[in-house]
Amino acid sequence: MKEKEQELLLLIEKEGRMAEATLAKMLDTSKEDVSSMLRSLEKKKIILGYSAIIDWTKVNIAETVTAMIDVKVTPKRGVGFDEVAERIYRFKEVKATYLMSGTYDLSVVIEGRSMSEIANFVSEKLSTLDSVISTTTHFQLKKYKHDGVVFGEDEDDDKRMVVSP
Amino acid sequence: MTSIKTSHHPQLSDAVNRIEPSGIRRFFDLASSMDNIISLGVGEPDYSTPWNVREASIHSLERGVTSYTANAGLIELREAISRYLQKRFQVSYDPENEVVVTVGASEGIDLALRAILNPGDEVLIAEPCFVSYAPLVSLVGGIPVPIPTSIETDFEVDAAEVEARITNNTKALMLSFPNNPTGAVMGMEGLKKIAEVVIKHNLIVLSDEIYAELSYDAEHVSVPVLDGMWERTILISGFSKAFAMTGWRIGYVAAPEPYAKAMLKIHQYAMMCASTMAQYAALEAMTNGRDEMEEMVTNYRQRRNFFVKSLREIGLTCHTPGGAFYAFPSIKSTGLTSEEFAEKLLIDQRVAVVPGHVFGEGGEGHIRCSYAASMKQLEEAIERIDAFLKSL
Ligand SMILES: Cc1ncc(COP(=O)(O)O)c(C=O)c1O
Repeated sequence: MKEKEQELLLLIEKEGRMAEATLAKMLDTSKEDVSSMLRSLEKKKIILGYSAIIDWTKVNIAETVTAMIDVKVTPKRGVGFDEVAERIYRFKEVKATYLMSGTYDLSVVIEGRSMSEIANFVSEKLSTLDSVISTTTHFQLKKYKHDGVVFGEDEDDDKRMVVSP
Repeated sequence: MTSIKTSHHPQLSDAVNRIEPSGIRRFFDLASSMDNIISLGVGEPDYSTPWNVREASIHSLERGVTSYTANAGLIELREAISRYLQKRFQVSYDPENEVVVTVGASEGIDLALRAILNPGDEVLIAEPCFVSYAPLVSLVGGIPVPIPTSIETDFEVDAAEVEARITNNTKALMLSFPNNPTGAVMGMEGLKKIAEVVIKHNLIVLSDEIYAELSYDAEHVSVPVLDGMWERTILISGFSKAFAMTGWRIGYVAAPEPYAKAMLKIHQYAMMCASTMAQYAALEAMTNGRDEMEEMVTNYRQRRNFFVKSLREIGLTCHTPGGAFYAFPSIKSTGLTSEEFAEKLLIDQRVAVVPGHVFGEGGEGHIRCSYAASMKQLEEAIERIDAFLKSL
């Protein structure tokens, strides 16, 4: 991968909405070059999408509950953990699924509208899967930092003097 | 309680009366009285000190490490500085005898000048430059002699200009690259020519390399690395810029033993030692601070690219600043002086910049814009400056 592409990825990973013209200037290249790099990175599925980081607690209509579930499973011959992982991550409630080292196998992140909705999902969908041996559900109580972004922090608070040598 | 007042006329020294308050002050007062300002007038990083550095200092306080250190600074810190200078810039200093930890590079500059100057000695100062050099020379009775640099030569110092100003009283040459306010850098080739002149006339060089890490296009060349220069150079640096540690007030000087010992003598009586908690923070910055610092440098480079290109797009002439975090565009095409330009820009469009003339000769006709600001602020500032230029 070209160095410019890597630099571009690091920039948009932090700030996905930066205009192509701005990115071009920052990377000391042309706008066309940035467009074509972005298109090629999208095509190669290196860039999978562009999303916003939202503090939903500030939006009263849409309070969501997030749970992280430790799942122990019996891997199947030939397909290992991948098959059961796929059966789990295909549910739209599942926001993330990771294979873990340590005392359990899969870490599953679930979002729902209420704790009971998540409890239902776990008891009806997750625990009933053949390969699932056990689940431990942890509800998130407060989000301090997510994907490198600190929630509730006022970043524009500049403490410097307006003019200094 | 009331006390009886006697008549007393303030009796100040001639030296202090000789120096003027910094020209930046007026802009500070003016800008401070306004709101909705976008400030490109700030000579410090827009980052807070990396957390691990802050945490190390907090930890030192928790352990109750609150006493004086050795006058020259914690030996661990001096060793870390010495290793760093060797590894990063290939210059060797003995941590025992050739490094002194100071209260910012600012104290380092003062120490160096006080250690070498007799009244009447002349110090050549490459200008435009940081505002403290000339006043500090004057305070010890020295005579500052400006060497102007200009946009035509990308603000590099021309050896012939140096030689032309050397007299029997010339004692030292003050250099600072990457430069505040121009962002100029000097490579091996240009420095070699200066070194020749300096050696021929047996001068001392004070090299303020506080922006060394903030070099974007080429590796920084440290002055003492040049043949024949180590023995005649006092290297001044610090943590303020690279590690975003301006408020800690911590820096260092490195020099051959006789110079270092002389500076230590002054430092030990005037300062005792640099702040202990700041020294622990600096030690952490030296040992574990590299990754985060490099990330900041990458971000400055990207913002430099954006800002300088944008300035050119809206019609200002600007050389490519190879280091520090300043752009120094020419505003001569507007017909305004830099003072008029900066003041009008502040009042009309609420963008604070610093007029170039406050940084000495060669600065008039330019403004210093610090791009140590968020991309949002920089984009907005460009729009406002554009509107301002169109309104003229
Ligand atoms: C060239 C130069 N030298 C020295 C300093 C002072 O640095 P310190 O904070 O280490 O005293 C500055 C700060 O603006 C500077 O620009």
